[in-house]
Amino acid sequence: MELVCPAGNLPSLKAAVDNGANAVYMGFKDDTNARHFAGLNFDDKRAQEGIRYAHDHGAKVFAAINTYPQNSGWSRWQQSVDHAAELGVDALILADIGVMDYACHRWPELRLHLSVQGSATSAEAINFYFQNFGIQRVVLPRVLSLKQVKQVAESSPVPIEVFGFGSLCVMVEGRCLLSSYVTGRSPNTFGACSPANAVSWNETPEGLETRLNNILIDRHAAGESAGYPTLCKGRFNVSGNTYYAIEEPTSLNTLELLPELQSVGVAAIKIEGRQRSPAYVAQVTQVWRAAIDACTQDPVHYKAQSSWLETLEKVSEGSQTTLGAYHRPWQ
Amino acid sequence: MWQYDTEIKSTIMRHLPKLSLGPLLYYWTRENVFRFYESIADTPVDIVYLGETVCSKRRLLRPEAWLQLAGLLQEAGKEVVLSTLTLLEANSELSSLRKICNNDQYMVEANDMAAVQMMSGQKPFVTGPSVNIYNSRTLDVLARCGLKRWTLPVELSKETLTSMHQNRPAGVETEVFVFGRLPLAYSARCFTARAHNLPKDDCQYRCLDYPDGLMLRTREDESFLVLNGIQTQSAKTQNLIRDINDFIDLKVDVLRISPQSKNTERIIDVFYECVHGKITGSDAEKELQQYTLSGECDGYWHGTAGMDNTSMKALAKN
Repeated sequence: MELVCPAGNLPSLKAAVDNGANAVYMGFKDDTNARHFAGLNFDDKRAQEGIRYAHDHGAKVFAAINTYPQNSGWSRWQQSVDHAAELGVDALILADIGVMDYACHRWPELRLHLSVQGSATSAEAINFYFQNFGIQRVVLPRVLSLKQVKQVAESSPVPIEVFGFGSLCVMVEGRCLLSSYVTGRSPNTFGACSPANAVSWNETPEGLETRLNNILIDRHAAGESAGYPTLCKGRFNVSGNTYYAIEEPTSLNTLELLPELQSVGVAAIKIEGRQRSPAYVAQVTQVWRAAIDACTQDPVHYKAQSSWLETLEKVSEGSQTTLGAYHRPWQ
Repeated sequence: MWQYDTEIKSTIMRHLPKLSLGPLLYYWTRENVFRFYESIADTPVDIVYLGETVCSKRRLLRPEAWLQLAGLLQEAGKEVVLSTLTLLEANSELSSLRKICNNDQYMVEANDMAAVQMMSGQKPFVTGPSVNIYNSRTLDVLARCGLKRWTLPVELSKETLTSMHQNRPAGVETEVFVFGRLPLAYSARCFTARAHNLPKDDCQYRCLDYPDGLMLRTREDESFLVLNGIQTQSAKTQNLIRDINDFIDLKVDVLRISPQSKNTERIIDVFYECVHGKITGSDAEKELQQYTLSGECDGYWHGTAGMDNTSMKALAKN
């Protein structure tokens, strides 16, 4: 299994490569990728340097151009595709059908992966992208159970990549508009969910309030840790109860499932977190490298080591991890 | 003279949109579903989308029952389209999907790329708002696959549709979601079951208790979202009645109204009367306000946050 790690910037890219990533994925400094955050991503010079560094050390580089352009911004996506191809990336991670059509006609030799933002949850959906654009890999949405991943893997025309660790989207990627409903900007259109420009933090007599475009996402009593107000991770009131009505702030961690993911034929494990620090990338990559190596050598006796789990717990959002949808009761 | 020409031109060139009733997004009893569609048969709606699009566990109406309703509506002169599931996870869901796509009687609305793939190159199809068609190149690709009509994804604006209509592929019709709570997100998790502390596998069909979804409020009691099983909707009703002229000018072919438990028939009437100039826009607006649930919004069409109500903002400015 290939280990695919996040590279939000050059130091993270190097951290991933140095700690054993087989591939890194990166984006450019605009809304063409789904981590369009201030201070993140690659300009021309850094991209060149990063790609050279990765290639010199035997790692591949994938460029994520995985948001959905509208006509007014089309040229930016087209340029990103051209730019990535000219820079010599090893694959493009795309979601939009139009962008994919452009890429496969303009750069027929370039390898294409279907992004998680393409929300293909079945072999039939994957077949659409395979037959029309010749994709060579698909990243599955984080909503499928292990049994479902297995079913897709068995009938998919191309190898499968799944998320192994990181922040957890409870909604199907590519089909969640909650953020644009509140702020006008969504992962699809802008490459960010609950964008920072819409966030406000206010200390009030009732506690620290976090708001998104003035909608109250949560209120934290003294001593409670207040996370970033991603809108699906707030506390709301349903039928008189106030609770995490959509999703608790937890992270996905499938380290324990590694032998099963391997046996169902998963080709690559993806680590989420281009927005996280180089230190995070280094630690997480190191743990997953060790785990994948152990699992490859001896899947029968593989066991997630407690030191690995401790490291991952420490860097997790909300300091809790879950098997997510891979573990059916979560659904 | 100028006025006369304009009038002639507007009469000849006027491309009045048809009306559609989108798929029922909620879970109602069999009796209520039948009663609902029997009354829809008497409305001036042109197209009716039928079938379960949210959750495959909702089986009070088996495929045969939906087909029975389809027959009834077709007899009443409606164009019937069979709608498909939005989030496909299990193999059983794919085989149900294949049956719907292979039917030789009715047009099918694809709500996922699996359905698009099953019909691609085989037969004409329609796409619902959850199929991501965000730009002209995507529309062209799908037109080549057999797309007959597409629904504008709800987060897109007038500006984007205007641009896409400048070179719309020949023969492809456009539909816009104009009235109803907005479908905003889909999950593997069931939020209605979660609200009842039940696992999804044993949800006890609690969706039946909420004919217009289960309200989610902020901690300062503002109606915010609606939980509808694995789907999350806006609490506000999107209402684009004030934008009818945009749709006529842009040659939008179909205006979609989303079913709600009360007043749907009258909402259809009001849109019909407004499109055909039988009532004024302001009368239509006034009447529809009585039927919106938890306030209204129109921000997406106007290029702002979906929850915005631009007419209220305009009023506040004046």
